[in-house]
Amino acid sequence: MSHRNFEKFANTRLGKVSARGASLLSVLIFSGCSCFAFAQASRVPDIFKPASTPAESIHRLSLFVLIITALIFVVVFSLLVYAVGKFRHRAPEDGREPPQVYGSNQMELAWTVVPVLIVLVLFFATARVIHSIQQAVRPPGTIEVTAIGHQFWWEFRYPALGVVTANELHIPVSDPAHRTPTFITLSSADTDHSFWVPQLAGKTDLIPNRINSIWMEPNETGMYVGQCAQYCGTQHAKMLLRIYVDSPEGFSKWIAAQKQVANPAGSVAAGRHIFEKTACINCHAVSGTVADGRFGPDLTHLMSRETIASGAASNTHENLKLWIHSPDSIKPGALMPAMNLNERDLEAVTAYLESLP
Amino acid sequence: MSSESIALTAAGAPSRPLSDLLYSWVTTVDHKRLGILYILYAISFLVIGGIEATIMRIQLIVPHNHFVSPQTFNRMFTMHGTTMIFFVAMPVLFGFGNYLIPLMIGARDMAFPRLNAWSFWLTAFGGLLLYFSFIGGNGLYGAGSAPDVGWFAYAPLTAKTFSIGHSTDFWTLGLLVSGFGSIGAAVNFVATIVCLRCPGMNFGKMPLLVWLNLVMGAMVLLVISPLTAAQVMLSLDRFLGAHFFDTQAGGSAVLWMHFFWIFGHPEVYVLVIPAFAFISEIVPVFSRKPIFGYPVMVAATVGIGFVSFGVWAHHMFTIGMNSYANSFFVITTMVVGVPTGIKIFNWLGTMWGGKLQFKTPMLFCIGFLFQFLIAGLTGIMLSAAPFDWQLGNSYFVVAHFHYVIVGGILFALFGAFYYWFPKMSGHLYNERLGKLHFWLFLLGFHLTFDFMHIPGILGMPRRIYTYEPGRGWDIWNFIVTVGVFFQAVAILIFVANLLFSMFKGKLAGNDPWDAWTLEWSTSSPPPEYNFARIPVVRSRRPLWDLKHPEDPDWRYE
Repeated sequence: MSHRNFEKFANTRLGKVSARGASLLSVLIFSGCSCFAFAQASRVPDIFKPASTPAESIHRLSLFVLIITALIFVVVFSLLVYAVGKFRHRAPEDGREPPQVYGSNQMELAWTVVPVLIVLVLFFATARVIHSIQQAVRPPGTIEVTAIGHQFWWEFRYPALGVVTANELHIPVSDPAHRTPTFITLSSADTDHSFWVPQLAGKTDLIPNRINSIWMEPNETGMYVGQCAQYCGTQHAKMLLRIYVDSPEGFSKWIAAQKQVANPAGSVAAGRHIFEKTACINCHAVSGTVADGRFGPDLTHLMSRETIASGAASNTHENLKLWIHSPDSIKPGALMPAMNLNERDLEAVTAYLESLP
Repeated sequence: MSSESIALTAAGAPSRPLSDLLYSWVTTVDHKRLGILYILYAISFLVIGGIEATIMRIQLIVPHNHFVSPQTFNRMFTMHGTTMIFFVAMPVLFGFGNYLIPLMIGARDMAFPRLNAWSFWLTAFGGLLLYFSFIGGNGLYGAGSAPDVGWFAYAPLTAKTFSIGHSTDFWTLGLLVSGFGSIGAAVNFVATIVCLRCPGMNFGKMPLLVWLNLVMGAMVLLVISPLTAAQVMLSLDRFLGAHFFDTQAGGSAVLWMHFFWIFGHPEVYVLVIPAFAFISEIVPVFSRKPIFGYPVMVAATVGIGFVSFGVWAHHMFTIGMNSYANSFFVITTMVVGVPTGIKIFNWLGTMWGGKLQFKTPMLFCIGFLFQFLIAGLTGIMLSAAPFDWQLGNSYFVVAHFHYVIVGGILFALFGAFYYWFPKMSGHLYNERLGKLHFWLFLLGFHLTFDFMHIPGILGMPRRIYTYEPGRGWDIWNFIVTVGVFFQAVAILIFVANLLFSMFKGKLAGNDPWDAWTLEWSTSSPPPEYNFARIPVVRSRRPLWDLKHPEDPDWRYE
């Protein structure tokens, strides 16, 4: 069955029933992971709960593969169980050996040809999805984003929109009438990383000296979690990733806010002074100020983010202070050094950072 | 064929001092002793690798656990993977091959006994080098460490920039040295099988185990070279400032992936083909029937061997290859399923209509068949590249390849241990303890590796030392860790059973299983020269012919 036929099939009533059957099978095979996922909020990055185009076509393909593999399993497993039960040696021992059978060419032919046919079907279904995802064309409303992997955080740039942010990516939901998919160009500043938000798309690696790309066309707003999926060093585990799928208006509003230049109030001038006179600015940028480092996340709109330290902690006063004071207590092995500020300076810098919109 | 033995030493000679015994084992060139050395060496590393796995599983039992530091955890998974592949699986399979091949083809030793000893000691030295990194990993920089780059050591994590000290160098040199050992062993396997078969044993009459080890040996000769080349390049990068994989100087991270996986994937078959070999010997004996479709089994194995050299980039579906390259590796990978399926059906065909005896080795073989079936099917899922874009590098993959290596290879190995233990030691193992080992290990295995698939489906990547609560992963990780303890107890029972039986077990006699291949025609344990007279065979089951002169196999072959 070609994949096109499969999609047609999937849309028929029988197809829907068998798709449901496949879901059920997958639930049975993997002991109810999907059921468990229901109990949790949408924070479970379940690959069987896609919310975007490439993740959905992968989901359909995976159900198809699951049906076929489940059928093979049932057939072979039944044969095994039957053989074990039926041909069990029973007392009393008559001392005779069973008939000595050396083989059968017809049987061999049968269990060669049938698997070959199954492989062909699976291959064509798979190749079609590969091409549909990798050869996708960019419609006029496409949002272009550049993602750069760092040890251990994500840098996001919107070149056409002039916005820079980190760790929390905002993209618009796509309306079939006015499609606004997001195409992300992937590269790395240091080691290999992998961009994976299961409900939106499969993963693609970020590799130094190489440009990769990934795209997603979400059809539901919401926050989707993911994380780095290629071991990249000590804190690979806390290189978390969030994608906020906003309504078109919400997305425009977010972009407009991100474009504003920081304009800190006078009350945090002390903190700003310390920030700009210490090593902070070697790595961090705050647009409109002398801080233009690029080794660490851009802090211009730090308070617009829900988390710090690439998702390792929520963005609260205490966490921010702790992070500046002792990054190792949140993320041991992170590349941000402890700043060794005294309590007064620490409080001042934290206040300054909290004034960044 | 003969079970008579020739006394080389005077009977009742006084027992020698321990130092003499040790000396005789260290300097031995006897294939049986070297085989046992390989096996003992592998079992010690199995315990070490198992402890490393247990440390990781304790760390992951609950989210945000603080059992070990991230640095330690990263070292544990690197050492666990490297140890289990290179210093457990490879040596234990070489050990069985070494022990069994000359006995099964009616030879007195391997073709190159001194090369054989040299290969073992190189492999052993490689493992020691790797573990020396715990002491010497940071060299002058300070306290000990171990490599933390992962067992496939992707560039540029191995570059000087990201891996200071010498832990990566110990990893590189350890694998380089043991790689030379593997090549020596493979040369010996191939030469022995091609040149030393007893009269009458042409290629069509070799036991399947011998055939499969021939394929395995030939594959080792091919696959170790790219690994060795990559390790040499990496050492040049690290010591002499070459830039093969140093991305900061324009090197290529993807080049390392190609080099590693063109070794790494055929390596999986290097490990699994000897496991197939055990199944192909044990299942017929405990089904009381000859192997079903012998020529097809040989052809399927050779087929797997060839195809396995064209599938390596399915480990790289996520690196952004173009759609045509991805499609190519999808079809080659799926095609491997065909000969593998043929093998499973032939084993079922062997059992079909037989009189199955559920001794411990057979139980492990049935466990193998069940688990290898599932491992193959999850392999089909992963071979569909888009599905792999979701599942790749997640816990689903970890579960899949542990299904192959533990559920498949290790189960087959346990079967082999119990099956040939009477031959190696001269004593029977305790059947009750053997069965307890089987059922406990089966339970632990399924608790751990069945439930490990689920967090992968729910988006949990591998190699993370901790995870966020509330992602639906907690309960599954808990169950997975619980399973580990059942497996550990089962392994203890296994070791205890073998140790106890070695000294107290009932005498086995030459042929406790009423089996059909040549190793059962000589005494248990076999004398140093194996056979007093070189046997002559007329069929694949020479002992069947001997026991059933009225209906010998050679009439039908």
